[in-house]
Amino acid sequence: MIVAERKPFSEILSMVENYSKIIVLGCGSCVTICMAGGEEEVKILASQLRLAFKKDKKNVEVEEFMALRQCDDEFMDDPVLIEKVQAADVVISMACGVGVQHATAFFNRVITDSPTRIVPALNTTFMGANIGVGVWEERCVGCGDCVLEKTGGICPVTRCAKSLLNGPCGGSSNGSCEINKDTECAWHLIVERLKALDELDRIKPVEMYKDWRPSHDGGPRKIVREDMRL
Amino acid sequence: MKAFEPKIVAFCCHYCALAAADVAGKMGFQIPSNIRIIRVLCTGKVEVLHILKAFEAGADGVVVIGCKFGECYFKEGNFRAAKKVERVQSLIEEVGLEGERVKFDFVPGPGAKKFAAILSDMTEKVKSMGPNPLGQ
Repeated sequence: MIVAERKPFSEILSMVENYSKIIVLGCGSCVTICMAGGEEEVKILASQLRLAFKKDKKNVEVEEFMALRQCDDEFMDDPVLIEKVQAADVVISMACGVGVQHATAFFNRVITDSPTRIVPALNTTFMGANIGVGVWEERCVGCGDCVLEKTGGICPVTRCAKSLLNGPCGGSSNGSCEINKDTECAWHLIVERLKALDELDRIKPVEMYKDWRPSHDGGPRKIVREDMRL
Repeated sequence: MKAFEPKIVAFCCHYCALAAADVAGKMGFQIPSNIRIIRVLCTGKVEVLHILKAFEAGADGVVVIGCKFGECYFKEGNFRAAKKVERVQSLIEEVGLEGERVKFDFVPGPGAKKFAAILSDMTEKVKSMGPNPLGQ
């Protein structure tokens, strides 16, 4: 899932302090699961904003709303939500960067009488897994050319600090990476996993330099499935 | 001018703090009249938002009173409550309120005296801080 964390309150407040009608819009997908922008977090941020405005004796209306997925038209096309956004001065999106951008495009497409102002409440951090209660760790950098079948399901591109493709560097020590003892050496994990699978031969061929063209390069990547289009 | 009487919301665990409140009344311990007690089955059920809502509604202070660590009827509810209180402290500090306006404390079941003391201390502390600047 996409993992994000909330921006400091002072930063969010500075984005919206000049407006009098605010909507805090949560997202019911990844950021709900990583407890950064779900229903609970929307209510907490809205409550903090109300407290801050009340303290400064400002009459600001703060409303809360949820969209199941801010990165998809289907889940945003809610007449009640659109009406509320139309009446608001600013929308604080608690989605990831994808959701914020899609919400901006969506609302500015469906609301034509005035432009809609959307600001982000989260910093989108990485694509990762929930590895323990309240702990998330990066697992994929979206390089566009997956090598997991060769490396026993452990990604050296993401989990090795140097993204090495041909075994560990000299900084691997007792299974830890030299950058931090708490960071596991990806290549140590890979070798151990392949040993357990009795498939160490998989990493014998030398990997040539990685082709980074399918990764983030040359503008936004795009997938078009012609079979899905009418 | 009328003296400031802080409004304090006390989330009280059914198994300890509420029992202590009951005994405190019977034993004649003075519990300040400005306390609003909310019974919860376990302090672990008190959410961050419940405490924030209390401040939004004009509370001057909030106290969450549960069982001693290791004695929670639901094993770890009081640990959760203590962590949530810490989070609320930082959330309200972000908006400019004093973090000490909310605290977690514990009483043993028959701890009527300690229960009364916690509430009196909180009342005095909040009095020294002044009213909730949200000006309810």
